[in-house]
Amino acid sequence: MNLAFSEQALALSKELMKRYPEGKQKSALIPILHIAQAEFNGWLSSDAMDYVASVIGIKPIEVYEVASFYSMFNLKPVGKCVLEVCHTGPCAINGAEGLIAYLENKLNIKVGQTTTDGMFTLKAVECLGSCGSAPMLQCGVNYYENLTNEKADDLISKLKTENRLQAYTDIK
Amino acid sequence: MSRKILLEHIDVPGINTFETYRKMGGYRSVEKALKTMSPDDVVEEVKKSGMRGRGGAGFPTGMKWSFLAKPEGKPRYLVCNADESEPGTFKDRYLMEKIPHALIEGMITSSYALGAKTSYIYIRGEYFYVLRILEKAIAEAYANGFLGKNILGSGYDLDLYVHPGAGAYICGEETALLESLEGKRGNPRVKPPFPAIAGLYACPTVVNNVETIAAVAPIVNMGGDEYAKIGIGRSTGTKLISASGHINNPGIYEIELGLPVEEFIYSDKYCGGIKNGKRLKAVVAGGSSVPILPANLILKTANNEARLMSYESLSDGGFVSGTMLGSGGFIVYDEDSCIVRNTWNFSRFYHHESCGQCSPCREGTGWMEKVLHRIEYGHGKLSDIDLLVEVSKKIEGNTICPLGDAAAWPVASAIRHFREEFEWHINEAKLSQTRNFGLLAAHEAPVK
Amino acid sequence: MADKIKVTIDGKSVEVEPGTTILNAARQIGGDIVPPAMCYYSKLKGSGGKCRTCLVKVAQGSEKDPRPMPKLVASCQTQVMDGMVVENTTSPEVIEARKGIVEMLLINHPLDCPVCDQAGECDLQNLSFEHGASNSRYEFERRTFERVDIGDKVQLHMNRCILCYRCVYTADQITEGRVHGVLNRGDKSEISTYISAAIENDFSGNVIDVCPVGALTDKTFRFKNRVWFTKPVDAHRDCEHEKCSGKVVLWYKGEDVLRVTARKDQYGEVESFICNTCRFDKKATSDWTIEGPRKIDETSVISSNHYEMAHPLPVIEKNPALIEANKKMFHKKIK
Repeated sequence: MNLAFSEQALALSKELMKRYPEGKQKSALIPILHIAQAEFNGWLSSDAMDYVASVIGIKPIEVYEVASFYSMFNLKPVGKCVLEVCHTGPCAINGAEGLIAYLENKLNIKVGQTTTDGMFTLKAVECLGSCGSAPMLQCGVNYYENLTNEKADDLISKLKTENRLQAYTDIK
Repeated sequence: MSRKILLEHIDVPGINTFETYRKMGGYRSVEKALKTMSPDDVVEEVKKSGMRGRGGAGFPTGMKWSFLAKPEGKPRYLVCNADESEPGTFKDRYLMEKIPHALIEGMITSSYALGAKTSYIYIRGEYFYVLRILEKAIAEAYANGFLGKNILGSGYDLDLYVHPGAGAYICGEETALLESLEGKRGNPRVKPPFPAIAGLYACPTVVNNVETIAAVAPIVNMGGDEYAKIGIGRSTGTKLISASGHINNPGIYEIELGLPVEEFIYSDKYCGGIKNGKRLKAVVAGGSSVPILPANLILKTANNEARLMSYESLSDGGFVSGTMLGSGGFIVYDEDSCIVRNTWNFSRFYHHESCGQCSPCREGTGWMEKVLHRIEYGHGKLSDIDLLVEVSKKIEGNTICPLGDAAAWPVASAIRHFREEFEWHINEAKLSQTRNFGLLAAHEAPVK
Repeated sequence: MADKIKVTIDGKSVEVEPGTTILNAARQIGGDIVPPAMCYYSKLKGSGGKCRTCLVKVAQGSEKDPRPMPKLVASCQTQVMDGMVVENTTSPEVIEARKGIVEMLLINHPLDCPVCDQAGECDLQNLSFEHGASNSRYEFERRTFERVDIGDKVQLHMNRCILCYRCVYTADQITEGRVHGVLNRGDKSEISTYISAAIENDFSGNVIDVCPVGALTDKTFRFKNRVWFTKPVDAHRDCEHEKCSGKVVLWYKGEDVLRVTARKDQYGEVESFICNTCRFDKKATSDWTIEGPRKIDETSVISSNHYEMAHPLPVIEKNPALIEANKKMFHKKIK
């Protein structure tokens, strides 16, 4: 295992573990997995998960069980920007399906795929709690709401210009 | 019927900061409770308020609090359920984002009432930006002596942390939430024991929704009896409603419980009527899991009384002709909506979100989704309709947690009220791929 | 000790210790009124509640509060109250719900009994025979997984798994260093080590015995024979492993011991856990002290060919106790 957190990320992880009572440090697993995903290119390799297990002091299988349960953890490589379009009920009746089709066409990938340049991964996800601002998508920590094709174009350009990993959390 | 309590100062610039929030009267409930009331006094006021949990189940909050075990030598926990994930519901996000201190204040006052020294806000991982807002607000509260050691010189200590989830609707179920907070898979626990006896780290725990906890502050400020005067009957107080779908003004509305549904849908103060001047077809009134009702039944009960936005009125008629207030996720469908497609969509959601622990839900949710998919895409059989009802019945009531019911009800209710549309979808398989069924005259609401 | 409390199940009453579950109270009564259990395992803490096959109706909550419980309850998890009245086989609602559960458990089960090593001693086979409907209404493709070896002695057929979690609890509670668990979510859940890892420790073989279906099988027995052609014989040895009881069942074919398992009680639970040395390495009659034939439920398919009477096993011929125990069989056969 040659993976390791940056000094900052490790310090933050240790800090997070203190939020839970003595002996209950496993509680910090999900927050630390978010950090790991931000540290390791947006996804969790088995090495990354083994590393997290060693930081917390739990068995690797305990990390695999959890990481594979939650939909925000990617167990396979993803693009720098994961575009997660909500396609549940209220979004579905207000344009989500059209937005997904538009993005598929624009990025020349299908839902679940990553562009060849490794920039974008397109996902259709379940309710993000933004039902009144449909259609919408999440990319990293940000919500982009009331989307139109034009707004989606602008977003794609902006993300291309920024050209960085859009993680759910930043390491501060 | 337009009294605002939680969102009274929503439009005040800077209300997201401690300074402005405090200036507008924020944190008064903490002062009042810690300086002039015993923890039991606070519980008593919440009981008197008659407030019912705002997360969906509608259980009286004061009663839930009074079940909390208080054994010697064990810490007690208050955990805020900010895992808002019920399709159609986005009120908690709005509240936390716009007025984060309303939740922090409620957490402090409630933690004091319950004797919790450490409390957690479990927020869904997708709301990471809201988590940052809350953390900033918490830091401000610490800096101003409302959190930490010896709060306001009262001798009461409280630490408050925000904890992110990572994408799992099931963690809105309180015991799954606790499992997740312990760093495990979000598998709901088999009950009993209930969290009030053995919750977080097997210690007595109360889990309450964001809106519920936020409402504790005004309850303490005005007194439970005063709060109980707001609203109608046993539906006391105000409720945040998340309005979405085919309406002119989607968004969050704080309503006094008892507001007529018709006024809520058509008044410009609220939803502002159906988009593009279309007619109303159906409403899911309390988040995706509650029974869908056709226009005629959402506006009037089976007894031809005006349907009101209250726990009792919405459930009038039981599941035969009524529904539930649930989490207040109010989704409106216009005349062109396809009920079959919507039912399939919800069914896909529950299939995706089933934790997989117990067999009826793990297997049944996928089965229902597959059958609905087949009908939606023109390959259904007439017998599929009864099969869906059968499968939903095998799930309902037989699972570890309410997700089974939540998956079964939308399917059962859609077939109960829109069977003709399902039959049409099957009989006119080809046609159904090119146009929608439309609106049955029997379901129609008066044109507005 | 607290006073015993009375519970009535399908009209039969029993007095049990407070804290007893309905299922265990029913087992104290015994017979047909005992609800089936696919995930609960009395020797594994935390097990149960998941499969829902043991659902029963509580027609009366207790003497003090006679109201019925609103929903069917998992009998393996629900503690009895004094004066509780439970309906299992006498409740059409329970029978119907159980039929539904069996159907759910089977929709993604491969129904490959003819090639499954568990056939003949499979709890799901028995459950569907006794409580299931004759055909399934499920018309979609079943979920499939690749077969994997987890270690050189245990094979995992995930297709057959019903996610009872027993093997996970076993690894947690009986062995040291669990390396497998339940991964993914919903109907994509699977038992897995995630990275290819071997379950290797002195007690790992117990996951085979606790598995109610043919998901975890003994590779050393794989395709060797059908269980009903083998002859179960109780035996023991003085096992050097302190946690191992050394009490086993040897499954004979001819003079060969094809398989060693722990002894299972009438509810399919092992009487005591055994170590891997006893299970995998001691397959000679000379390793064991033979006690006598294993009593197998007469309705079990395993009894159908219990002992080949025309050619009694040498082990039987040489042991008076075994001859005595099999007299009835000999007699039957000769007639």
